[in-house]
Amino acid sequence: MTGDSVTVSSLDAAADAFAEEVGDAEPVTVTGLGSRGGPVPAVRTVTAPSGIDWIQPAEMTICCGAGTPIAEVDAALAEHGQCVALQGGGTIGGSLAIGHSGIRRLGWGPARDTVLQAHYVSAAGDVVKAGGPTVKNVSGFDLCRLLVGSRGTLGFLADVILRTRPLPVGERWFTSERDPCDLLAALYRPTSLLWDGRTTWALLDGHADDIAAQVQVAGLIATDGPPDLPLHRWSMPPSEVRSLATGSAPFVAEIGVGVVHHSEPAPARVVDATVRSLHDRIKHEFDPTARLNPGVDVLADS
Amino acid sequence: MTTPLVARLRERLRPDQVRDGAAEVNLYRRDASNLSGHPAVVCFAETVDDVRAIVQVANEFGVPFVPRGSGTGLAGGAVPTSGSIVISTSKMNRIVSVDHVNRLAWVEPGVLNLDLSKQIAHLGVHFAPDPSSQQTCSIGGNVANNSGGPHCLADGVTSAHIHGLEVVLPDGSVTLLGGEEPEPAGYDLRGVFVGSEGMFGVATKVCVKLMQNSPDVATMLLDFGDVADGAQLVSDIIADGIVPAAVEMMDQLCLQAVEEFIHAGLPVDQAAALLIEVVGLPASVASQVERIRELASERHVGTIRVAADDAERALLWKGRKSAFGAIARIKPNYYLHDTVVPRHRLPEVLAQVYEIAARHELLVLNVFHAGDGNLHPLLVYDAREPGISERVHAAGDEIVRVSVAAGGVLSGEHGIGLEKRDLMPLMFSEIDLAAQADLRRAFDPQRLSNPDKVLPSPAGCGDIHSVPAGAWV
Repeated sequence: MTGDSVTVSSLDAAADAFAEEVGDAEPVTVTGLGSRGGPVPAVRTVTAPSGIDWIQPAEMTICCGAGTPIAEVDAALAEHGQCVALQGGGTIGGSLAIGHSGIRRLGWGPARDTVLQAHYVSAAGDVVKAGGPTVKNVSGFDLCRLLVGSRGTLGFLADVILRTRPLPVGERWFTSERDPCDLLAALYRPTSLLWDGRTTWALLDGHADDIAAQVQVAGLIATDGPPDLPLHRWSMPPSEVRSLATGSAPFVAEIGVGVVHHSEPAPARVVDATVRSLHDRIKHEFDPTARLNPGVDVLADS
Repeated sequence: MTTPLVARLRERLRPDQVRDGAAEVNLYRRDASNLSGHPAVVCFAETVDDVRAIVQVANEFGVPFVPRGSGTGLAGGAVPTSGSIVISTSKMNRIVSVDHVNRLAWVEPGVLNLDLSKQIAHLGVHFAPDPSSQQTCSIGGNVANNSGGPHCLADGVTSAHIHGLEVVLPDGSVTLLGGEEPEPAGYDLRGVFVGSEGMFGVATKVCVKLMQNSPDVATMLLDFGDVADGAQLVSDIIADGIVPAAVEMMDQLCLQAVEEFIHAGLPVDQAAALLIEVVGLPASVASQVERIRELASERHVGTIRVAADDAERALLWKGRKSAFGAIARIKPNYYLHDTVVPRHRLPEVLAQVYEIAARHELLVLNVFHAGDGNLHPLLVYDAREPGISERVHAAGDEIVRVSVAAGGVLSGEHGIGLEKRDLMPLMFSEIDLAAQADLRRAFDPQRLSNPDKVLPSPAGCGDIHSVPAGAWV
């Protein structure tokens, strides 16, 4: 199953084969398309099953291998007027393992809310199911949310059922020199609000008449698209974003969210000892010999 | 006689916060399910320090504790383990802070769901999850159960509305899970705590997301001669790219019961009605209403009533939310189920629900969140009738099984608790359940926080941990 993308007719069989490959001993690392840093160096590498098993437009769900490229999922869903609220590039599994949302998080919500069900391969080499196939489910503990952002340290995603959303019907970007918090108050559920310390970019979606009315009320100016995003990623309470000094290193902040795309690396975080201990215990329960993605510390800055 | 446990709790708290009189303790034996237990003592926490003190005493004595909000849960999640300490958070009911610019608030767990939205209404925002019990259920209980509600279709259930949690972990340590920042380092411990049914500790402060109120809203009531047509329309709407704020269904028996109760002019001669609400900006709302009309006409809709004003809208919603009061006019007892099926399987599963009820000679009313396939069959009966409890039990069990067999799940919003604990193997293998137990052990190695819920007991524990007699599935 390694190497070439394999379109699977039965993801169950593919998950079993993936589990076989992961095995139950010795260090092992997983990679997709390598767009988010790739595998842990000098460790045996595996790749997750790839391919779309099914799309159910009326359920707004899709089932696919974790190794499926997001571009492939986007293209297939677009035929049904739908998409997934995941950060683009690379594979579904890679996007979920990192857990970062895209710049539409203000309107679309975080990546962690997209996963309904996951099969993952545990450190013991078993295929484990987390969650359930329906859009609403509170049966048991929420292992799906534990896996999103866990960077492959608790299990390797084999396949997932994701919640989809309607494709935007008429997205348009605008700019404004108004205070970004004023815009957050004035606009109705913008999909995105980006601020570089001077200018705010607003992404609106919906009926053309509604957008026109919003533009008029808020005094927006049409533009081609969002600004280029600096390389580094900070996370801060949204109320503190305004404190980023203008004139310092360039940044683009997601207003109302608190993700800041910054030209300088994020300051080191202070991790509470209790949180650290809880992480250690979870890792120990799920991967007692620390064989999955060895050396990756989810509490360290990525 | 005061037990050493109670004496110790009274040392750590004010004596009046610790109640062990039989009459008072008996008030905390149950939640809104039909299950009950026997706690040793009830403590009324007022601060995070109180909660920590109680949990520390629980650890000292090796006694389990059971966090409790308003006790409105329907799955036995707050039913106390024998000899346990009930920690009531109902007195922790302050709204601590509101950031109306970034639309978030810190609240204590005992704040009631509807009170929160009322208190912040003047800021043009609300807390989206709206369980039917929202007048009495608490935010802490919503967190424990990952509660839903009619308006969770478009905006998601509780987990999507919680940014962070201050918690007392089962070993008595206090920490913050998640927080105001969008991407806290490490695992999503906030996400796993939500819906953990009190088994990962006690939430003492909750950072909630507040949603912007909608500038425009349309509330529609559509009726159908055939339940299947209404159910099919739900799928048609979603497949068309419209995600309404709410899509609720009531069947004929329910419509009749509610109409007799509130006189809202409901279509009592029809097989079913859909209550659909679309929200947003005016042009978007108008175009969605128009499109829903078109789709409905292809599914043989009877009449389409669009609420003309807020008063009519309130009346239609009162109809939906009065269902449980109305059924008391039919029979004195009811058992409310909660399963989810894929939307496109609704017509066939509903048909099976009617068949199951008929075979057991039971009345069933259906009033449910059709938009997300969340069924709520209400079996109504008179418990004084000999043998009927067994029939209700058997029918309920079959309803859960047909839902799961149709690709559904055990619970959409009520949780597993004690009620469905022993049905978990219908959805999960032993390996799947072991992974959930691993997560539980990481949070609570001593098994003190609300033990014996959610996860079926491992083989060998025998009757000690079995679901109590009288428990229904």
